[in-house]
Amino acid sequence: MTATLSQPGFDQQSFDAFLHARNEPAWLVEQRREAWQSSLEKDWPARNEEEWMRTDIRLFKLNQFGLPVGPHSVWARPGDKVGDHRQDQSHTESGTTLTEGVDLAGRTAAEDSRPAHSALKAKWADKGVVFGSLDELVHTHGELIRKHLFTRAVDPTYDKFSALHAACWSGGHLLYVPRNVTIEEPLHCLSAISDGGVDLGHTLIVLEENAEATVMCETASPRQEDSGFHCGATEVILAPNSRLRFVSLQNWGHGVWHFAHQKAIVGRDASLQWTLAAIGSRLSKVNQHVELVGRGASTQVNGVLFTEGKQHISYHTLQHHAAPDCRSDFLYKSALQDKSRTVWRGMIKVDPLAIKTNGYQRNDNLLLAATARADSIPGLEIQCDDVRCTHGSTTGKVDEELIFYAQARGLTRKEATRLIVSGFFQQIFDRITIESVREALGQAILRRVREYV
Amino acid sequence: MTDTLKIDNLHVSVEGKPILRGVNLTIRRGETHALMGPNGSGKSTLGLVIMGHPKYQVTAGTMTLNGENLLDKSADERARLGLFYAFQRPVAIPGVKLADFLRHAATNVRHPERKEGEELMPMREFRRELKGKMEQLRMESEFARRYVNDGFSGGEMKRAEILQLAMLQPKIAILDETDSGLDADAVRLASQSIAEIGREKMGLLIITHHDKLLEHNPPDFTHVILGGRIVETGGVELANELHTQGYDRIRQAYPDADEANRKMVEKEEAAAVA
Repeated sequence: MTATLSQPGFDQQSFDAFLHARNEPAWLVEQRREAWQSSLEKDWPARNEEEWMRTDIRLFKLNQFGLPVGPHSVWARPGDKVGDHRQDQSHTESGTTLTEGVDLAGRTAAEDSRPAHSALKAKWADKGVVFGSLDELVHTHGELIRKHLFTRAVDPTYDKFSALHAACWSGGHLLYVPRNVTIEEPLHCLSAISDGGVDLGHTLIVLEENAEATVMCETASPRQEDSGFHCGATEVILAPNSRLRFVSLQNWGHGVWHFAHQKAIVGRDASLQWTLAAIGSRLSKVNQHVELVGRGASTQVNGVLFTEGKQHISYHTLQHHAAPDCRSDFLYKSALQDKSRTVWRGMIKVDPLAIKTNGYQRNDNLLLAATARADSIPGLEIQCDDVRCTHGSTTGKVDEELIFYAQARGLTRKEATRLIVSGFFQQIFDRITIESVREALGQAILRRVREYV
Repeated sequence: MTDTLKIDNLHVSVEGKPILRGVNLTIRRGETHALMGPNGSGKSTLGLVIMGHPKYQVTAGTMTLNGENLLDKSADERARLGLFYAFQRPVAIPGVKLADFLRHAATNVRHPERKEGEELMPMREFRRELKGKMEQLRMESEFARRYVNDGFSGGEMKRAEILQLAMLQPKIAILDETDSGLDADAVRLASQSIAEIGREKMGLLIITHHDKLLEHNPPDFTHVILGGRIVETGGVELANELHTQGYDRIRQAYPDADEANRKMVEKEEAAAVA
């Protein structure tokens, strides 16, 4: 089935066919060609590179997957009505998890890296909000996209995957909020792939001065065991005084390879609350980067990782203070089952002029099996004297005495384990201000918790 | 039939080292028993073994509740059969609110057949009951929203244990040094709470080396444990004697047990140093 969806392989011929079929503005074709050239010149990551030494991708074969060329996805169907309260009936068994009971300002979906359906409430469109498929909007809002796409946030030349993504992105999501517009309801972006499918989606979020929005992104596969390939990027650009609450749930099937570059640029007095949960994929390698570029910018990042089986999730985070008086607060918690593994490598970077920086990072790992492994590598790179930066990390097993205590009060061992895991994540859930998200994430994780052995 | 916990010739080891050497003890509903003994005598071990702590190996003997074998049951199964153990050192469960924990616990204990994932007892009913019990214990309602034992003072932890006892209404309750860490006022409240639950409704085993809780709950039986054995059993007068005169007479009367006790304490100290 996938053969009809994609051209096999990522070779020159299929790239040319991909470009030809898209009929895009010249600047974008040029940008893609440059990135393609860069992807050809770049080597695959070497095992001895710091970023890759704990993340083994030798079993990843790019040519098992293909570029999204040709007829529209077999998933295509009429768009849902915005404001429809029932759960999204996408082809995934799980459906979307974040939107249950939520009144949305708009929703957009990409399936197998192709635009599927989009909708935005008229009152927001009337105020100049642009929301939908990046792929489609490039034809109507080319100049807007040109101004922000790969210009300030994600660097296509960073590595092989960023270059490949910049050359081949398709589908994806765009949100643009003009000055002084506050979108009250959340917006939802879904990226879904079929078994063996590809998602090369690019998410671009731009808030102009004093704008405000809440965006929830999630990924999905039809079944938990499904495979696939995601090579994506997220760019968030926040103008002065703007405020974004951003939630992303990575919930691919457990056979999906996930490579992502995610970067936010936060302007003067702007604020970003970024909550991410990673519970899917076979292997994830994510570079998450927040750059505070204007005085008084602030960011809070809440990361929840839950792994099982042989899943491997690697997060490389950078909180970069490039301006004075900025605040960053990164908290990552992971719980690991079976033979799964997480890698968290965090860095606080403070530029020489970034006085009065307040930076914090923390990573806590809870091992739910003796065979699980969590690597935690916090780091500081501070070139300024007048700063306050703290970091910490913990990794430990479930305390048997806690389980006994709960059992002595009548809870089964499994119930006790679930309770302890939910308590472990509670500190993060307490920071998530959107109730539906808090509940959905809590349930998605607790469903997977088995008895601690 | 009166609910009865019966322990016969119980031998228990931890990591191959014997700690209990043939304990016999029968507790019926409505009886209050005091278990007293010097440090290292095996008092707390007995409480934890009754509750089913996995660290201890029972090497001989039997333990039944109403004739049902307890030794092959996990701690949660024992709790559902009606046993309760108030911890000497309760552990914190960060991120889990006391009220949520207790609602789950109360549901399981009151509905022993409940399967994982089935509904918990109705929130309103639970809250009303919890509120009443907390008022009786003079606990602030905010207490229930705090995480289980997380950042609690010693006294708060013990009061939280009594609160759980009151909510779970067991057939047999073991209070392990519940009076330590409590001031006189709090001991009085705890005792009132036990009276409220009704001493006639449960069998109580009060493990202590003070007598604060015993003043309000005069034991029907006092057991002295030394070197892993109950060497003497008497009435309330024995508790009073131990309180005023200490263990010298007991140690002299049972030199073998005293010797065993000394060795156990030495081993414990050696292990602590190592």
